[in-house]
Amino acid sequence: MRRASGFARAPRHLEVWQRNGAMRFYHNLTISQKQIVWAWAFLALPVLFYVVIRFYPTANAFVLSFQEWNLLGARSFAGFDNYVRLYNDPVFWKVFRNTFMYLILGTPISLVLSFVIAYHLDKVRFMHGTIRALYFLPFMTSAVAMAWVWRWFYQPVPIGVFNNFLASFGFSQIQFLSSTTNALPSVLAPAIWAGLGFQVIIFMAGLRAIPQSYYEAARIDGVSSWTVLWEITIPLLKPTIVFLVVFSSIGFLRIFDQVYNMTTNNPGGPLNSTKPLVLLIYDTAFNGFNMGYAAAQTVVLFTILLIVSLIQLRILRDR
Amino acid sequence: MKSMNRFRTFVLGAATAALTAASVTAASAVEIEYWQYFFEARITAMEKLIENFEKANPDVTVKMTHFPYDSYRTKVAAAIPAGQGPDVVQLFYGWLNDYVEAKLIQPLPADAFPPEKIEAEFFPMVKAMRMGDNYWALPTAVRSLALFYNQRMFDDAGIDHPPTDLDELVEMAQKLTQKDGAGNLTAVGLTTGMTAQDHHWIREVLIRQYGGEPYLDDYKTVNYNNETGIEAFTFYNDLQAKHGVTKAAFMDEPQAAFKAGRAGMHIDGSFRIGALEGVRGLKWGVAELPAGPDGTRSNYASYWVNAITSKAEGEKLAAAVKFMEYLTSDEAMQIWLETVGELPAKPSAAMTEKNVNDPVYGPFIKGLEYARTTVFANESAQRQVMVDMMQRIELQGQPVAESVAQAATEEQKILDEYYKK
Repeated sequence: MRRASGFARAPRHLEVWQRNGAMRFYHNLTISQKQIVWAWAFLALPVLFYVVIRFYPTANAFVLSFQEWNLLGARSFAGFDNYVRLYNDPVFWKVFRNTFMYLILGTPISLVLSFVIAYHLDKVRFMHGTIRALYFLPFMTSAVAMAWVWRWFYQPVPIGVFNNFLASFGFSQIQFLSSTTNALPSVLAPAIWAGLGFQVIIFMAGLRAIPQSYYEAARIDGVSSWTVLWEITIPLLKPTIVFLVVFSSIGFLRIFDQVYNMTTNNPGGPLNSTKPLVLLIYDTAFNGFNMGYAAAQTVVLFTILLIVSLIQLRILRDR
Repeated sequence: MKSMNRFRTFVLGAATAALTAASVTAASAVEIEYWQYFFEARITAMEKLIENFEKANPDVTVKMTHFPYDSYRTKVAAAIPAGQGPDVVQLFYGWLNDYVEAKLIQPLPADAFPPEKIEAEFFPMVKAMRMGDNYWALPTAVRSLALFYNQRMFDDAGIDHPPTDLDELVEMAQKLTQKDGAGNLTAVGLTTGMTAQDHHWIREVLIRQYGGEPYLDDYKTVNYNNETGIEAFTFYNDLQAKHGVTKAAFMDEPQAAFKAGRAGMHIDGSFRIGALEGVRGLKWGVAELPAGPDGTRSNYASYWVNAITSKAEGEKLAAAVKFMEYLTSDEAMQIWLETVGELPAKPSAAMTEKNVNDPVYGPFIKGLEYARTTVFANESAQRQVMVDMMQRIELQGQPVAESVAQAATEEQKILDEYYKK
C-alpha cells in the first residue's frame, strides 16, 4: 500500500494543486482535452460578446414581435396580432415586392457589370492601378454623401444635371425620383455603382487565381476565346461567384442608406414605390414607436435573408 | 467650575448652531433635474433661464441634462420608472398621450396652475394639453406658420403688397412664375410640397377656410371627406394642375427653392427664420397667411412643452412647481423668443407692441391668436397619408374626391389603432 501510494504520488507542488477539485479535474484530462479547454477559455470573450450584443437582442426581438410596446411604459403580449396585421397590410406586400426588385435587378446587373469590367481590366496593362483605383473609389465614398449628390443629379430643371442636359438639347424632361416606375431603378443605379469597385476587386483576385496552364493548354488546342470563357474561366470562378452572389444579395435585401437619403422628404416614396423592408422597419419603430410591429417585420426580414442565403448556397455549391 | 460650565454651554450651543446650520443648508440644497434634447439655441436659452431662476430662488438648484434627439425618448422612458432622471422634462406636444399613459408625468397641481387661469392667459391652442380637469404640461414657446415672400421678385413683377386672401395668392403666384422656352418651370410663384409644412396648411387652415372642420371628437375622427374638404384639396391641387404656378418638390425642397431665390412665396414655420437670415442676395419679407374666401383666418401651431415627471415628490415636487411657474412666466418667454426665435405662448408676452410690430416675428405672432393645434396620433404616418393622397392625384391621375376618400379611410385607421387601447 505504502509503496503503491508513494509511487503514484506527484511532485509536491502539484500535490497542493490536486487538492483543489477543479485543478484535479484539469490534471486528469488528456492533452487534446486540455487543448479544448484552453480553446474555450480564449473563446470565452467573443462568445460572451456575441451572447450579449447579438444573441440576446435577437432573442429579445423575437419575443418583442409577439408583444406591443411603444418604447414608453410596459410591454404587453399580443399573440400573433403583429403578424396578422403584417399579412393584411398592403404596404407591407408592396415593400416586400420592392425588396425583391432590388435583389432581382441589383444582384445580376452588378455581377455581370463587375465581371465584364474585371475581365477586361485584367488584360489592361496601361495605368492598371489607376483605373482599378477609380473603380474602387465609389466603394470608399460615404453612401449618404453619394446618395445626396445623385439625388440632385436626378432633379428636374433648373437644378438637375441630367434634366438640364436633356432640356438644353430640347428633349423633354425625365421624371427620375418623382415617378412611381422610374424611382426604384433610379435609386438602385448609384447603389450598384457604389458596390461595383468591391466586386471588381474580388473578381480580379479570382481571375488571377486561375492557373495559367489551363489557358496555355486551351491555346495549344486552338479553342475559341468564347469557349475558354465558358469552359475554363467561369467554372473556375465559381467560389468567387458564390461569395459575391450571397454577399451582394444580402446587401440589396438590406438596402437602406441610398433609399432613405434620396427620398428623405417622403421616405420610400413616391407612393411607397422605392420603400424597402429595412426602411419600413425603421419607420414603424422610430416614427411610429410601434416596436412590436417593427420587431415582427424584422423577424420576416431575418427569415427572408436566411432562406435566400441557404437557397443560393445550395444551388451554387460544388457538386 | 463656573467657567467650565460656561464653556460647556458654549460648546453645546455651537454644536446646536452648527447642526441647525447644516440642516438649513441641507434643506436649501434641493436639486431638481431638467432634461431636454440637444439643440444649441434651446440649451443656451435654458441656461439663461436656470441662472435667473436660481438667482430668484436661492434654495433650489436646477441641473440640466441634454441628449441627442434620437435617443431622447428612450432615455426618458428608461430613467423615470427607475426613479432616476428628470423632475421636469421637455416633450413634444404630440407625445402627451403616450407620456400620460406610461405614467411618466403627473398633472400640474391645480392650486399653482388652475385650468381657468391657464385658459385665460395662454393662447387657445394650449388647450390640447388639458386632459380631464388638469393640465399636464405647458409650453414656454410655440411655432406658427406664415407666408415668406421674395421682395426682389415682388418688385420685378410690380407687386406692392403680400397677398391678403387666397384669390390674390393665386393671382400673384401667376405673375411670379417663370418658365423657360420649353415650358419648364424655372421659378415657382408659390412653393408646394406636402412633405414640408403644407399638410398643416391644408389641415388646419385651408379646410377651415372653406368652411370645414378637419377632425371631430378631439381629433379622433377624420372629417375632411366631404364637400368642404374636397373643395380645399381641389384648391391646393389646382395650384399645380390648373394654374401651373408651382410644382410639388420643385428644386427638391420648398425652402431650398425659396432660399435660392427661385420661389416668389413660401409657407413655412417660424423656425425657418434663422435659416433665412443672412442668406446673401435674398431679400425677403413675412406676411400673415392669406385669408379664406369668406375672410376666415386660421393657422397651425406646434410646440414643445415642459411637464413634471411622476418621479418628483415632496420638496422636489415643490421646487419643480416653482421652476415650471418660472418657465411659463412672461420673462422666460421673452428670453426664449430672443434666444431661440420661438414665439411666446401667452398673449401677455407675445402681443407686446414691440413683438407685434416686429417685421419678422409680427405676422407669426398675429397668427397665434387664431392658430389651432392638430392632435396627432402618429404625425409622420398622418403626414404620409396626405403626401400619398396628392401623389395619387398627380402621378396616377386619381380624381381628387376619390383620393380624398381613400386618404380619410387610411388616416381614420391610424387614429383607430392608436386610440383603441
